[in-house]
Amino acid sequence: TNPLLDELPSYQSLLYRRKSSAGGSRQRSSSRARLEKAQELSSWEQWRQSSRKHLKRLRDYGQERLSSLKLWRGDIHLIEGMFGTGILSYFSFLRFLVTLNFIIFLLMFSFIMLPIIIAPHLSGNITYNQSGECTVYSSGVRQGLVNYHKYITDLLSGEGFLEQTYLFYGYYKVDKIHFPHITYNLALAYLLVTIGYLFLSLIWIVKRSATGFKHNLIQDEDRFQSFCNKIFAGWDFCITGDNAVKLKKKSLLCELKTDLEEEKIKQKIADRTRGEKCRLYFIRLILNLFAVGVLAACFYCIYLATSFSQKAQMSNKKVSFIVDLINEYLPSIVITFANFITPVLFSFIINFEDYSPAFEIRFTLMRCVFMRLTSIGVLLFSLWSRITKCKEETCACGYNYEQYSCWETHVGQEMYKLTIFDFIVIVSVTIFVEFPRKLIITHNKSAMSKWLGQQEFSIPQNVLEIVYGQTICWIGTFYCPLLPAICTIKYFFIFYVKKVSLIKNCRPATRPFRASSSNFFFLGVLLIGLALACVPVIVSIAQINSSRACGPFVNYTTSWEVVPTVVSQLPSGIRTLLWSLSSEAFAISFFVLTWFVFHLAMFYVIALAGAHKRVINELREKLEMVGLLRLYNDNLVFLFVFFFKTVELL
Amino acid sequence: MGTTASQLSKESLSEYQELTFLTKQEILLAYKRFTELLDKSEKGDLNVRIPMNKINSLPELKSNPFKDRICRVFSTSEHKDGSLTFEDFLDLLSAFSDSATLEIKSHYAFRIFDFDDDGTLDRSDLEKLVNCLTGETEETKLSPDEMRQLISNILEESDIDKDGTVNLSEFQHVISRSPDFVR
Repeated sequence: TNPLLDELPSYQSLLYRRKSSAGGSRQRSSSRARLEKAQELSSWEQWRQSSRKHLKRLRDYGQERLSSLKLWRGDIHLIEGMFGTGILSYFSFLRFLVTLNFIIFLLMFSFIMLPIIIAPHLSGNITYNQSGECTVYSSGVRQGLVNYHKYITDLLSGEGFLEQTYLFYGYYKVDKIHFPHITYNLALAYLLVTIGYLFLSLIWIVKRSATGFKHNLIQDEDRFQSFCNKIFAGWDFCITGDNAVKLKKKSLLCELKTDLEEEKIKQKIADRTRGEKCRLYFIRLILNLFAVGVLAACFYCIYLATSFSQKAQMSNKKVSFIVDLINEYLPSIVITFANFITPVLFSFIINFEDYSPAFEIRFTLMRCVFMRLTSIGVLLFSLWSRITKCKEETCACGYNYEQYSCWETHVGQEMYKLTIFDFIVIVSVTIFVEFPRKLIITHNKSAMSKWLGQQEFSIPQNVLEIVYGQTICWIGTFYCPLLPAICTIKYFFIFYVKKVSLIKNCRPATRPFRASSSNFFFLGVLLIGLALACVPVIVSIAQINSSRACGPFVNYTTSWEVVPTVVSQLPSGIRTLLWSLSSEAFAISFFVLTWFVFHLAMFYVIALAGAHKRVINELREKLEMVGLLRLYNDNLVFLFVFFFKTVELL
Repeated sequence: MGTTASQLSKESLSEYQELTFLTKQEILLAYKRFTELLDKSEKGDLNVRIPMNKINSLPELKSNPFKDRICRVFSTSEHKDGSLTFEDFLDLLSAFSDSATLEIKSHYAFRIFDFDDDGTLDRSDLEKLVNCLTGETEETKLSPDEMRQLISNILEESDIDKDGTVNLSEFQHVISRSPDFVR
């Protein structure tokens, strides 16, 4: 038999079981052997062994129970079997977002809404002091005879009957709740929960990406071991269908051919002359400027659309049902339109820039990510420039009171509209574009259907879609506390929509996404979205004056001011400690120290890695030499034997 | 061994649980699938060997390009015909299960890829491996030039002592750095 089997120590149990199974008395011999072994061990060892066994079984049982509770386990297994692990990672990413949004909603609910709801039942006294000017909140509650049209408009735009509900910031007219024994500072809770959910998302994403990051960091070269990875680990043993197998083989072939071609291209790049290089850089410069120009044009369009939409909403002129709705949704429409054409444009111009194929894909993706996430930023920026600019030089109430008596609710409404529109677009694209495309392909064999081709499930674009939605959710939760619940439901439905569309319409991509790097890509883009979401939230909490007419922060200049106010009411010992922690001297020295330590650690790790690399190279050379020596030795021995044999003969 | 004809005894179930990486549910499921492949007359006798073509009719293995190699590697029959008993079948499932260690998986992967069973992966083994992965027909094969370049690249990346073959330790070293393998 194969001598390799004996080398593996962890295999002894299976090996010896196999030996005795040939005799047929496996059970007897194994239990006999175990009994003999047991007699050698002391009773303490026996107890330890049996307890270890029981613990392992208990852990297995627990893990089995827990994994059967996981959402959509059966559906994801089915998708894995049909399409492989690349697309599977998209769906498990979607599941992760559903869970994350649900947890954020639970946080907001239990710390903000629950105290308000149970206050009357626990004899809590709600205090809310408004003073000064700018305290009249003209909400959009409709009076008189209301057309049914209005209800639909209200539902879609968050105004009217939805405005005075728990959905928006403006409804929370609560400063403190005085329960019999404690006082619950709702304003502080609101602020802390906002910071808390951002922090929680960050930690959860980082924890989830820990393994993927480690793998990507180990690969020091760009294409380290990519060939070995593809050949030895390339086959996805989860695939079961015949068609899927054929496609997997085709995709592997494509990948290998592309990789081999990339090597040739790398050689070609190294062989470029100076004249060619200059021309190429010039072309690249032009095309990059063109891309920047396209982005700037899109952003300007979004800015214009937002301003126009705001003006139309403020004017209170009701033209007709459809036109009103379009005016409300104009920014969303422009953003979605821009997000459709820019990927097409970018993938068109990248053909002329002559990069290596892998870099092409990554660069186009980066441009698309930038486009999607910055468009939200532009929308918010244009909103804020309207909120903080008044007719006079400086605003009387700190913000534009005449038009935005409760500006947070207004921002919340915009985020709500973006979410709803995003959901409508995803569902309608699936129903009105992908299904007809499939019908055309199956029933009409003309040249046009060949040109259209069957739908491929493009993972990057789909991931960008849901990261875009999640970024909106993170930004909007401060202004619209029920938004995480809406996003949970939205992603829940999107899972089923995408699953049905995938199974019915799509075939697996010919250039598949590797499972290991896809996780890293998804979580990386999500982290970029989170970082981008933190900026507007922090700016609005710390800089922009909170509205005086609604919300929990009426008595504070900015929302952040709750914290200093509360701190100043704490006992003096804690207060001095906190003041010293936040003082400039401490903060600066702390940052300098951490920066220093971090760089020191980094240099140490890099030096260690360099030393290890040197050792590895030396060992590699030694191995080669040993191999050669063995050959040499064999030859030498042969020569000696031959020599002595001839001497003997002589 | 078995008490009733249609069930595994408790002792054997717990013993299998100990000796393999499978959970109780998985072993029972494996038993069910295995007995479905037996003829009526053979049911209840777990020492029966199921021939390779019957094992390969399982949907999970049917389209797998390595199905023949897998059966041969896990088979303990003296005739080397790839037939499996129930315990061989459990071995197979255990090696492919999620809780099997990297060491075990890479060991078996090496044996599966070693088409001529000589203990190393040489050029011909690698060539057969690549052809299994990409397909057998003329239009899905790589050209001889591309094949040569590919195998040189593989050997460059994995052959540490430069003897022209990949032995078990080199294979395990490459696999341990490969992020896609464990799935």
